[in-house]
Amino acid sequence: MTEESKGLPFLTRRAALAGLAAGGATLAMPGILRAQGETIRIGFPTPLTGPFAAEAKDQVRSAELAVKLVNDKGGIGGRKVELLVRDDKLNAGEAATRTLELIEKDKVHAIVGALSSAVQLAVNEVTRARGVIYVSISQSDTINEVKDFSRFTFHEALNPHMTTAAVAKHTFKKDAKVAYLVADYAYGHEMLRGFKRAQAALGATSVGEILHPFGAADYSTFMPRLRSMRPDILCICNFGRDQANSIKQAVDFGMNRQSKIVVPVLLHNQRLAIGPEAFEGVIGGANYYWGLEDTIPSAKSFNDAFKAANGGAYPTDYGAYGFTGVYSLLLAMEKAGGTDTDKVIAALEELKYDIAKGPQQYRKCDHQSVQSVLVLESKKKAEMKNEADLFKVLATEPASETILRSCSELGFPA
Amino acid sequence: MTASTSSVAGVMTGPAGHRGWRARLAAWRVPLSILALCLLPWVLPSQALAVNVLIYGLVAVGYNLLFGYTGLLSFGHAAFFGTGAYVTGIAIGAFGLPWYAAVALGIAGGGLLALVIGLLSIRTRGIYFSMVTLALSQLVYYTALQASSWTGGENGLRGFTVARINLFGWTIDFLDPLKKYYVLMVFAAVALWLVSRILNSPFGAVIEAVRENETRARACGYDVERTKLVSFTLSGLICALAGTLSALHLAIVPLDILHYHTSGMIVMMTLLGGAGSFFGPFVGALAFLLMEDVVSLWTSHWQIVVGTVFILFVLFLPKGIWGTALAWRAGR
Amino acid sequence: MDAELIAMQLFSGVALGAILIMVALGLSIIFGMLGVVNFAHGALFMVGAYAGLWVASLTGSFWWGLLIAPIAIGAFGMLIERFLIRPLYKRSIDDPLLLTFGLGYVLVEAVRIAFGSDGIPFQTPPELAGVADLGIGFFPIYRLFVVAVVAVVLVLLWVGLEKTKFGLIVRAGAKDPQIMRVLGVDIAKVWLLVFGLGIGLTALGGVLAAPMRNVNPEMGSLVLAEAFVVTVIGGMGSLVGAVVAGLLVGVAISMTALFAPEMATIVMFALMALVLLVKPQGLFGKPVRG
Repeated sequence: MTEESKGLPFLTRRAALAGLAAGGATLAMPGILRAQGETIRIGFPTPLTGPFAAEAKDQVRSAELAVKLVNDKGGIGGRKVELLVRDDKLNAGEAATRTLELIEKDKVHAIVGALSSAVQLAVNEVTRARGVIYVSISQSDTINEVKDFSRFTFHEALNPHMTTAAVAKHTFKKDAKVAYLVADYAYGHEMLRGFKRAQAALGATSVGEILHPFGAADYSTFMPRLRSMRPDILCICNFGRDQANSIKQAVDFGMNRQSKIVVPVLLHNQRLAIGPEAFEGVIGGANYYWGLEDTIPSAKSFNDAFKAANGGAYPTDYGAYGFTGVYSLLLAMEKAGGTDTDKVIAALEELKYDIAKGPQQYRKCDHQSVQSVLVLESKKKAEMKNEADLFKVLATEPASETILRSCSELGFPA
Repeated sequence: MTASTSSVAGVMTGPAGHRGWRARLAAWRVPLSILALCLLPWVLPSQALAVNVLIYGLVAVGYNLLFGYTGLLSFGHAAFFGTGAYVTGIAIGAFGLPWYAAVALGIAGGGLLALVIGLLSIRTRGIYFSMVTLALSQLVYYTALQASSWTGGENGLRGFTVARINLFGWTIDFLDPLKKYYVLMVFAAVALWLVSRILNSPFGAVIEAVRENETRARACGYDVERTKLVSFTLSGLICALAGTLSALHLAIVPLDILHYHTSGMIVMMTLLGGAGSFFGPFVGALAFLLMEDVVSLWTSHWQIVVGTVFILFVLFLPKGIWGTALAWRAGR
Repeated sequence: MDAELIAMQLFSGVALGAILIMVALGLSIIFGMLGVVNFAHGALFMVGAYAGLWVASLTGSFWWGLLIAPIAIGAFGMLIERFLIRPLYKRSIDDPLLLTFGLGYVLVEAVRIAFGSDGIPFQTPPELAGVADLGIGFFPIYRLFVVAVVAVVLVLLWVGLEKTKFGLIVRAGAKDPQIMRVLGVDIAKVWLLVFGLGIGLTALGGVLAAPMRNVNPEMGSLVLAEAFVVTVIGGMGSLVGAVVAGLLVGVAISMTALFAPEMATIVMFALMALVLLVKPQGLFGKPVRG
């Protein structure tokens, strides 16, 4: 380099520097082009194996729809989005391993997913230590609390506090007697806590609480005691197969004749597993039901897009989480102009989105997505217009921070 | 017995004076194993998988001491694996102890539990031994589930991520997968060396004698009950060490780690690799985890493949991959 | 806590015990005769439920399912014994246990592939639907039916074992298989039939349980644990033990439900551990030779 400026008087230093710069830029060009074209990779752990395989597959379909919609519009800043689906086997240890692989080997830019609470907390532990954005779509109160929170953690799904508040508001009348059948694990206790809080505010009373072992198959031994309490409302706080079994057996014992059965979340697939007869009249909450399309335009466009991509099938409640979780993240990435973590976090915190069920946004202190809660009632067989017409929308609790626990209650500085 | 009846130690002196390749292999088994472990992260598709092979291989080595070499089929070893993990996690998360103290406590905790469960279960024989280890370890599982303020219940234990390790003045970035692997490998290597020493010692001969014929061993004057108890406790200590490594690696302790499904998986890995052989358990862990990983990519029904492979091994290849390979080479 | 509630609770404990007995009987018979601990027993319970569901959906009647499914799955059980377990008798006592452990995984996944992972509705047959007023409380008619079926099966089994030649062979073979061989009895055939019988019983339990519980691929795993507890407490190999222990465990679970229901499973395992440590042969089993 020094030879140029010494022995060649017609080549000024400025010209030499300009030449070097041009040469350097030419060499770097492929690198810049590569960066421009580099796909955006989103990790998606989901329980493809195990009892929630159907929900998991719905989630994958919906998540892929979100990615497709974005890619069809040209991607984000010209970059295509790729969804990397992994089977977490509904196992926290497995989920942690898959998350490590996604971050270390596949170099994902963000992760969305998880169905069970234990899995989401495991994924979160891995992502927050490594500064990777994680949007959880598992229903749990725990991830909002300060102990598990990090600025990389976002929670797009509902939590038990929200669903119980909404359901109680529309079912617990003043002076109603409520009996609780609760699964003895964290999620069950969260549901009970939410209901009891709402119950106190609404002036209803609890006539008894029975905890059952998580995963119990037989509920016959609880029925005599529940019946003796003579409740107006039988509130069953459990999930998945437990919900299916306990509702079926409660109906077998004729509990639905003396009490109204109420659950925090009315599960689409469990209703399919048991059938319309046992579920008839059961009221519960949900994040999404395709029937919203009559009143919410974004629901209609989501349903139409999903039906077009999946041969006429309607999206389910859990499926919708796959869509809203991924799509809200991609919208934020669009606003941030790329995958820079700090910019995407800022974008997510300010994002206001309406993609499937009305307006939603993330609350700043705990990154919880503030959204509406549906209150559904399971239809009796005679009222079903077609096979997909499972539920009636009784009410939609509007999106508001009032149904969330306050920031200070969760442990965040006021 | 599914254990290799031609254990490596036994074939060391083959036909008169012929020490041959098997003896040399046995003498070098620890360095060779460590060499294989060093190469693992470069050979496998991901480092997270490599660490899992390390951890589960170590559990299987611990389990093999009891199952392959002493001949006792325990169905509850997840209890020691899990207890090691939980104690480590709680020590770091709730008490703020440095990682090496937590590891030591984890090993001690798991070992103590093994001593207690061992004392209770050694009194039973045969099938009843398997059932009682299953029942006692399920009790540990349900206790951990109930003690959720300590263990996190079914949400698992979190909040004890170790991001940096200070080792003799060096600071190692523990989040770097490769560095993490080699730090954990040091522990595994030490454990392997200890196991080799145990197997080469007179004690090692006694436990194999107990496996072959308990009555005869007793007739020879050995205290069979004490031998079994010592073997059980040592086995528990090694599994607990693997548990502490798992806690450091994943930065969480899932509740499932204590469930009998995990115990069953440990049994399957040991059998698949070769019960009663030194390196077999690592081969078994590698085969099992690799199979799971690869088959999961094609189909979500990987369990049927793994289950079928396991059944085929029980029927046709009871010595496992490594055991059969050793026997085949010896037979040639 | 009034007397009516306690009486009702006791009764539901007995009814709960009925299904436990069904599954535990099979497990106990197989261990008593063949010395095999069948880790696939829960999975076969589940397969029985699916078989009943499938036959019922083909024929439109629950009763055909109840009749055909146990026989079909019992026959399937015989195939398992003949081709998978028989080769392992010469080897150690642990090998059949290990094989059935793997078989359990295979069966569950096979059902997932064939029928999907979701639960499938199984309606209570209309003839048995509804609740009966027992005076002390209301109880589903279907559960009363289950108790009746189990009672009938127990009687048939007892008659079969005590009064027939085959039953004599089974009882003698349980005591001493060697002598049976010496006396010229084809012990292999006996074991084949006994295994089939044990599997048939658990499949029958599955079909009976199907209308009460969600039919899903995981329904066998909890049942397996419960069956182990019952068999161990009653004594592995003892039929009387399986019945008594089944009732005991059912009532224990039911009474725990009154006071501390979340402890039900832990109580079961604690009982199992206690029995194994204090009296490993259970309440009615053969004394274990030291």
